[in-house]
Amino acid sequence: MKSNQNSRFYWRKCKNTLMLSLAYVAVIFGLFWLCWIIFTLVTRGIPALSPDLFLHETPAPNETGGLINAILGSLLMVAAGTLLGTPIGILAGTYLAEYGRYSRFAKVTRFLNDILLSAPSIIIGLFIYSIYVAQLNHFSGWAGAFALALLIIPIVVRTTDSMLNLVPNNLREAAVALGCPQWRVIVMICYRAAKSGILTGILLAVARIAGETAPLLFTALSNQFMSWDMNSPMANLPVVIYQYAASPFTDWNNLAWAGATLITLFVLCLNIATRVFFQPKQK
Amino acid sequence: MNFYKDRKFMLKVTRKCLNHRWIEPLFKYTTRFFALLVFLLLSAILISLIAGSWDSIQQFGWSFLWHDEWDPVQNQYGALVPIIGTIITALLALVIAVPVSFGIAAFLTELAPEWLKRPVGIAIEMLAAIPSIIYGMWGLFVFVPLFQEYIQPHLIETLGDLPVFDLLFSGAPFGIGLFSAGLILAIMIIPFISSVMRDVFSVVPPMLKESAYGLGSTTWEVIWKVILPYTRTGVIGSIMLGLGRALGETMAVTFVIGNAFQLPSSLFSPSTSIASAIANEFNEAGGLQKSSLIELGLLLFLITTTVLAISRLMILRMNNREGKKS
Repeated sequence: MKSNQNSRFYWRKCKNTLMLSLAYVAVIFGLFWLCWIIFTLVTRGIPALSPDLFLHETPAPNETGGLINAILGSLLMVAAGTLLGTPIGILAGTYLAEYGRYSRFAKVTRFLNDILLSAPSIIIGLFIYSIYVAQLNHFSGWAGAFALALLIIPIVVRTTDSMLNLVPNNLREAAVALGCPQWRVIVMICYRAAKSGILTGILLAVARIAGETAPLLFTALSNQFMSWDMNSPMANLPVVIYQYAASPFTDWNNLAWAGATLITLFVLCLNIATRVFFQPKQK
Repeated sequence: MNFYKDRKFMLKVTRKCLNHRWIEPLFKYTTRFFALLVFLLLSAILISLIAGSWDSIQQFGWSFLWHDEWDPVQNQYGALVPIIGTIITALLALVIAVPVSFGIAAFLTELAPEWLKRPVGIAIEMLAAIPSIIYGMWGLFVFVPLFQEYIQPHLIETLGDLPVFDLLFSGAPFGIGLFSAGLILAIMIIPFISSVMRDVFSVVPPMLKESAYGLGSTTWEVIWKVILPYTRTGVIGSIMLGLGRALGETMAVTFVIGNAFQLPSSLFSPSTSIASAIANEFNEAGGLQKSSLIELGLLLFLITTTVLAISRLMILRMNNREGKKS
């Protein structure tokens, strides 16, 4: 009887050790890929980084060149997309958190917003293609910016909503007691209290759309030359990386690696910086 | 003196402007309008996809779903191959990602020392921050050659002869194909699943865990028999969320799946998925082919929306139950 109990005890103990070590293995498995990908980018991308990247346009096959037109295009489109999408997202999020609260409309909108948030980005590309590009019959930087704006809206809605929800009601009540109309309570009190949270959300959203490729394929397309014109096809880093990585020319492949490293550096730095500077240390 | 007068006047004016009664409704209805916009956007996406694929819907009807030829020369299109490719890669990704994410979430909530939680948590979330095109490039140039040379032949040799596995692991070692795509998808969805799992794990009341420990449970038994049953809905929700992500992922899959319109004969054969078929062919397509590709997009939208809706409902239900108890 006793030995039976003992063996059962050891079995449970062994199982515990085994499973817990598997959990450690899982963590190592996850970190392993992260390190491998970053290692690859460092070994392949850093040698390809050079000042030329920022001085020259994308080259023809077997010529040297840089990525300046793609970098510029990406910056313009991400900036335009953010400027278009953020106000819409903040206003919609404000409604959900301040006016709608637990109403049926707000609940349904929150639900739909969550679905939009995780909808495949290629669908957004198809959508902008059919309502904008196909109607005007040309690809354009604006179409790319609209697609990115559509991607950023649900993220901002969600952060604004949840950050405003964290603002204590006492603050609102105090302001109302002083005679503030509700819109002033929201603008002067709630926004200020939730500022850093909303800003974090926006920066993370920018980091996310900076690397999006699929929605730009059918909207901005690409352009071999420097262009400030948002009404014509526009080069952008992700699509250039896609095209150059799939090409048989080594020069182009190297440029693709350089672009990939640039984008990843940008995205990772933005992510880590926002997390370190804006997020509270411990909940 | 004049300064004070001016200031007083200014104050009066601003106060008047700010207290105007129309601002409140204006603000309220503007925000309401933009909230409504979210709803309009979803319906607009659905309508535009249906409109864009109308030609193809009329031409092929329901048979679009189970025809496997994709022939631009004869203008015959069927969605079976991309649908199967999408489902296989997504399921494969889940099979790999779910246990790993569970381990990571358990580590982050129960096992890790306090100082390690934040850095490891952030590092895992960084996996989600890396753009998908980087996964694609890395997969094609780094992972696939290594996999093709060192791992795949062994898998085919050892597992290819066993009774059940020979259906899955056989064929020539191309490197690219369903398996590579599924594995890379798994890496990409791990952070999504594990972060939701971590969040739901952390709402388990400490009292439950402590009573289990008090009865002599091991850590594993607490995780498996107390935490997991308590958070079941949330965990299923997180898995569905990962599934939704995996179904719609485009660029990473496009690089490594092989983009061949053929029914897969094993996990190693090149095939195609809905998203990668669209990404690959859309810009060169015209007429009926374009319409068929948009119909593929419509299918993808419907599938992911359903999956994500179920996922959200599950997570919501979990949170609601939480709200009622506290």
